[in-house]
Amino acid sequence: MLEFIWTNRIQCVSVILFAIGFSTLLLHRNLMKKIIGLNIMDTATYLFLTSIGMIEGRLAPIIQNGDTDVSKYVNPLPAGLVLTGIVVSVSVTAVMLALTIRLYKSYHTLNLDEIYLKAQEEQEEEP
Amino acid sequence: MSFTVNFPLFMIVLSLMSAAVSSVLPGKVARVITLCLNAVVCTASSILTVYLYAEGPVFYKMGHFPSPWGNELKLTYLGSLFAAIFATVMFLCVLGGKKHINLDIEAKKQNFYYIMIDLIQAALLVFCFTNDIFTGYVFIEICTIASCGILMISQIGRTTLAAVRYMIFSLVGSGLFLLGVVVLYNITGHLLMPQLRETVEALWQSGEYRMPLISSLCLIVSGLAIKSGLFPFQFWMPDTYGYATPASSGILSGLVSKGYIFFLIKIILDVYGSDMFYSSGMNNVLFALGVIGIVTGSGFAIAENNIFRMIAQSSAAQIGYIYMGIGISPTLGIVAALFHIITHAITKPSLFLSASALSDSANGYKKFRNLQGVAKDNKPAGIFFTIGAFSMIGIPFTMGFVSKYLFATAGLGEGSGFKAYTTIIVLAVSTILNTLYFARTVIRIYSKPTGENRIKLTVRNQKPYVTASVMFAIINIGTSLAASPIFYLIERGVSRL
Amino acid sequence: MKKSIKDWFSEWDEDKINLTELTANQGNENLIKEEKKEHNISELVELKQKELSRAGKIYPVLAALLCVVIIYFMLMTVSGLPKFGQADNPTNNEVVERYVEKGMEETGAVNVVAGVILDYRAFDTLGESHVLFTAVIAVFTLLLADKEEKETIEEGQIMKQDNILRNTAIFIVPLTVLFGIYVILNGHLGPGGGFSGGAIIGAAFIIYAMAFGFSGIEKFLTLKTFRIIVLCALLFYSGAKCYSFFCGANELHSIFGPGTPGMILSSGLILPLNIAVGIVVACTMYGFYSIFKRGRI
Repeated sequence: MLEFIWTNRIQCVSVILFAIGFSTLLLHRNLMKKIIGLNIMDTATYLFLTSIGMIEGRLAPIIQNGDTDVSKYVNPLPAGLVLTGIVVSVSVTAVMLALTIRLYKSYHTLNLDEIYLKAQEEQEEEP
Repeated sequence: MSFTVNFPLFMIVLSLMSAAVSSVLPGKVARVITLCLNAVVCTASSILTVYLYAEGPVFYKMGHFPSPWGNELKLTYLGSLFAAIFATVMFLCVLGGKKHINLDIEAKKQNFYYIMIDLIQAALLVFCFTNDIFTGYVFIEICTIASCGILMISQIGRTTLAAVRYMIFSLVGSGLFLLGVVVLYNITGHLLMPQLRETVEALWQSGEYRMPLISSLCLIVSGLAIKSGLFPFQFWMPDTYGYATPASSGILSGLVSKGYIFFLIKIILDVYGSDMFYSSGMNNVLFALGVIGIVTGSGFAIAENNIFRMIAQSSAAQIGYIYMGIGISPTLGIVAALFHIITHAITKPSLFLSASALSDSANGYKKFRNLQGVAKDNKPAGIFFTIGAFSMIGIPFTMGFVSKYLFATAGLGEGSGFKAYTTIIVLAVSTILNTLYFARTVIRIYSKPTGENRIKLTVRNQKPYVTASVMFAIINIGTSLAASPIFYLIERGVSRL
Repeated sequence: MKKSIKDWFSEWDEDKINLTELTANQGNENLIKEEKKEHNISELVELKQKELSRAGKIYPVLAALLCVVIIYFMLMTVSGLPKFGQADNPTNNEVVERYVEKGMEETGAVNVVAGVILDYRAFDTLGESHVLFTAVIAVFTLLLADKEEKETIEEGQIMKQDNILRNTAIFIVPLTVLFGIYVILNGHLGPGGGFSGGAIIGAAFIIYAMAFGFSGIEKFLTLKTFRIIVLCALLFYSGAKCYSFFCGANELHSIFGPGTPGMILSSGLILPLNIAVGIVVACTMYGFYSIFKRGRI
């Protein structure tokens, strides 16, 4: 198993990063850090995806001199998927940041626990 | 090939285009566009359902390239049936929630609300028709952002908080889903479902890449389960549904989470195949979580003192039913789950709309003690709430009864000994719990008023709401009377999916 | 605005990042007033806060546990995956073969990735540009300021004194825009495309707005024009792709042929789509900056 982990080290690193990002996103109480965790998680997935497309000793998938031999180029599909993924991640990050600003305007803190407390107070006051 | 098969493409592009066009139009026009879009989608899907029922499934190329290379849609009549139902429910939600959409959202931003609805419509269509798992991921993200959008649009601190919670869980879910897709792509080299199915079957039989295969299944299933609110991840629900504008609550609980579940069922049957899924043990996990979800959801619902939060907690329980059905068996269990998706999609939005009408009558109060006797001031809302509550409890002549009956048959007929007992016991317990909190509410709204000043609302001053609710009630009771043809349709569809 | 990065991080550690700096630019003076309001904390809340600090100690432990579990689970998965970088991995199958060998002939794009995302798998990309659109609308919903909230701070005031920024911007902005246009137009011939090129042009707009204030950009990009540009680009995108999907599915001949690979006017719809996507992305990037900075475009 250790040998395999060494050969697939890029994927190992990416899953470790994924786990770090995941637990930050799920369990950290600070909203900014949650967003950072989200980005780490997404980027780790893209690293994983990119590493799938890699074939040692081959060129980027841009046809050169009309040579269309498949054994000269790496897999183009993961690059396309990563491109899609990056755009999705940018959009989601923007929405989360906008939500964070709104939330800060209403509750004046970024700690989710404190926000819950204040929200509960509100709830008890309301009819 | 008949022209009818082009309908899904046109419906999806039409939804995306009407979203784009609505961004420059005033709210009222955008609203008309959304309603027209929903009506068109509903009609076209119904025609398509009839066509596909006769012709069998059609593979529709998105572009010039066939299946392992290009994107593709797989048109089955089950998919288009669900698309028609989703569009109908969305139409009725937008129609019935009109008053609160106008009240809760500032006029300048109302067209944004309808843009989000159009985009959710597009995403739901894609969930029903797509044959490509990565397209599914992209539209899952559209759906996530758009549903967050319809949540936080009323701009109170509370809804923003709910939106943040919803967003965090959704993002965790989509992260897991994407990783699962990536792992699956790594070992199969395909993204389209028919090729995935072949490769997965071959891999499962040869035993090669066993661990990655199982973990990709776990990641995909747990991603979608988190997004749709299965048991340990249902805590965003009361906040989310409790404070959003009622149309949003209805759409989120009735359609968005159901869309994810429909896509999950599609993945289970089309990508992994029922043999692999039901021998991997993942179904038992879903069954267990579903059962716990039913009991805890009902338990939390009893403890709530706010009518919206109670309905939201009951939503969590209903999601539990659906996952329990998926966990029981690939045939009857999934049929029951699909039937319950329809039941819940039709009942929950009508409950949310009726609850908001009741609370309007009680000067906007949402706590039970303020709602005492309110049905006497708002008779239509009282009646429709009662019908919805009966359907949730499972009283005969409502859809809830049929789906509980189906779950019981599935559990007894196809579950192993332990599962059969658990299903029956859980159904009994949850029916008692449902009766407790829904009957309590119904009795409360019909008991003697406390003498507060109330706003009298009749059919005349809430026409859109009454129209929508009447439609919901007719569909609900009609479907329960015509349950056997629908059951047959779903069963035939599942066996051929 | 004189905060060093170190200060920012030390504040984050206290879990209380001060966003006032960011929001003050939006002219929201009420915020500061409200912040100074005393909060009457009842005994109940004090109790809850004690619980909270206890909970604060549980979260790191939970996070670490979760992290370890996922890492273990995923490492097991990775150890079973195909070896890295080998030519006979399952991903290098007939799909890739056709993309590389026939891609240039069928789509006319020299850059295979562009061919894949804008022709073979164009539906994904159609969805992707709508994800961006959805995000823009969501951010608008959240941050578009009301008329009463209009900013009181003179815009561009903060950076106006900065000569280095302004003089660099004069050189950099035109070059960046040119480079962005090149990347967009070159998308089917080499590395590049609508998304990357659009992001570059958006960055140029942002630098310009930082150095000279928003008034310069407002001359040609107001909220109205922004909406119309994005609308036209998206409608063109959806319409063109709908036509091409329709032709493909019904085996009709599309009027957009692949052309001669390697020429700038070739590869059918890829070039116009790249331009449409580039416009959407450039506007979106600048739009995000502007709306986060001051609540409008």
